[in-house]
Amino acid sequence: MRTKLLISIAKSLLLARWKQTLVAAVGVTFSITMFITLLSFMSGLNDLLDGLILNRTAHIRIYNDIKPNANQPINNNTGYKNGHNFIGSIKSDASRQAIYNSAAIMDVLNKDPRVLGLSPKVTAQVFFNDGSIDITGSVFGINSTEESKLYHFDEYITSGNSADLNKVNNSIILGKGLAEKLLVGIGDAVQVTTSKGDRFQLKVVGTFQSGIKDFDNVQSYASLNTVQKILSVPKDYVTSIQVKLKDITQAPQMAKEYEKLFQTDAEDIQTANSQFETGSSIRTLISYAVGVTLLIVAGFGIYNILNMMIFEKMDSIAILKATGFSGNDVKKIFIYIAISIGFFGGILGLLFGFGLSATIDQIPFNTASLPTIKTYPINYNPKFYMIGITFSLITTYLAGWFPARKASKIDPVVIIRGK
Amino acid sequence: MNKILEAKNINKFFHDPVRIQVLEEVNFSINKGEFVSLTGKSGCGKSTLLYVLSTMDTDYDGTLLIDGEEMPKKNEPFLAKIRNEKIGFVFQFHYLLNEFNVLENVMLPGLKLNKHSREEVEHRAMEKLKILGIDQLALKKANHISGGEKQRVAIARALINDPHIIMGDEPTGNLDKKNSDLVFDIFNKLSNEFNQTLLIVTHDPSFAERTHRIIKMEDGKILPSDSIVLPMV
Repeated sequence: MRTKLLISIAKSLLLARWKQTLVAAVGVTFSITMFITLLSFMSGLNDLLDGLILNRTAHIRIYNDIKPNANQPINNNTGYKNGHNFIGSIKSDASRQAIYNSAAIMDVLNKDPRVLGLSPKVTAQVFFNDGSIDITGSVFGINSTEESKLYHFDEYITSGNSADLNKVNNSIILGKGLAEKLLVGIGDAVQVTTSKGDRFQLKVVGTFQSGIKDFDNVQSYASLNTVQKILSVPKDYVTSIQVKLKDITQAPQMAKEYEKLFQTDAEDIQTANSQFETGSSIRTLISYAVGVTLLIVAGFGIYNILNMMIFEKMDSIAILKATGFSGNDVKKIFIYIAISIGFFGGILGLLFGFGLSATIDQIPFNTASLPTIKTYPINYNPKFYMIGITFSLITTYLAGWFPARKASKIDPVVIIRGK
Repeated sequence: MNKILEAKNINKFFHDPVRIQVLEEVNFSINKGEFVSLTGKSGCGKSTLLYVLSTMDTDYDGTLLIDGEEMPKKNEPFLAKIRNEKIGFVFQFHYLLNEFNVLENVMLPGLKLNKHSREEVEHRAMEKLKILGIDQLALKKANHISGGEKQRVAIARALINDPHIIMGDEPTGNLDKKNSDLVFDIFNKLSNEFNQTLLIVTHDPSFAERTHRIIKMEDGKILPSDSIVLPMV
């Protein structure tokens, strides 16, 4: 009842100065609108850019790295156990690139509950022969169904069909740049030469465009079997296993675990692509900074308007106090005024922000490097809306608090006797 | 006798710009049903005393008892409650809230008291307006009525919580003769018919003479002789 009374007084004061109230509320609405739009747009862009790399990258890659053996013979000599060895001119190990016992490893990974899925990969370095020209490139042997499911492989196929890799014998999907250089299209044949000198005819069943031109100029995909055939290796020959996890944040820790368990190298996505995370977080930070600045400016507007209102309503405040409203009641009245400006302005801001984001979402955005993107990216994360309304309430509360405190301290005797 | 208001050894100083004593050893009491006027020349401290008695000004030395209860000086919410419940105010200026209509203005302190339901408070407010003969104005905006009417609305507002005492600071000071008489008649009626206790500060001798008792002040002190004299009613 008491709160209801204070709210009804606040409402009357607000409506009596509705023009000023409107200006204050429009300030909040504008800043929340911009806040939501900015964050949705920026975050959509972040997701897009991250997706370029992160969606296509394994969370953990298990492979055999080319590096010197950590366990050099001198370490086994007990006579030098306590000394420090300096060995010059160490060469990297000539061990094979294939993963030992890959079938068993994949079996273990498939049973791990933390793993979402995995796809084996074989890499072959080849020359694409076009008349007298040899173009260096690589062919990845993949399981196209798994690859599409886990790493959105089909999204980057601009012509042809990824499933044809499995259906058509000795087929290949070329990078768009590579296909242009070789002047081939779907149905044509390309000749590849392996580093050992073996020659193969492969049939083009599609082209892909990854958005990163350097990749498209040298890369191509074939089925696992085809690449194993090119390399003349057995069926269990796999050079890397791409693991996708249910929880990406577990990747660094699990990579270490697998490294130890399988006696291979394992690299997590965070280590491999740390620059993307940094970029995203800085862009997000800037958006928040701009949004909060807008809100603070709106807060000053509310502060000013409330200060003026208090100055105008000195008499009313004095009589309220004389007839039994305490300083605290008066303070509450002005805080209710501020918060209701923040609340209604904020809600409108959320609606306009949603509208503006939806509009931006419709604006065509065509870029050669991103074949699947047709309009500007927007992220409709409800988190932004929650943050927006919370910020608007907090800012208006603070903006209202100082004038409200001033009002609560007004001495009615000074006002009433001052006449 | 039932003492509604009692002041004991009240002293008050103004500190700015120099220390001046404005109230000096003020001692007096008001009994239930008395209609008292507080008079004196301009600057004698009568309004200052009224605001001390009203609990709005707490910067004084001495003891103030309302309804036998000592008023604390620091507890602002408690004093606000006392003002709401036990004291009704009428000022020289009406101080109505222009955002509300007449009825709502009268109801506000009643709603604040939160003793009766909204309907009950509204009913009581209408009754008070009827006593003062202005019930036809109930739904008008506070800034759309005349000065004399505004002052009567202010009196109705002072009455809404059935206060122990009504305090007035020059309630007729801003009114013409006709309206002044009207306001006095209302006070007189409240005193006679409803046994309402009133303490009115005035410098209008004709107003003071018609009250039950005159307290006269000079230089911050109450003149002893005058406080005994009971003029004819």
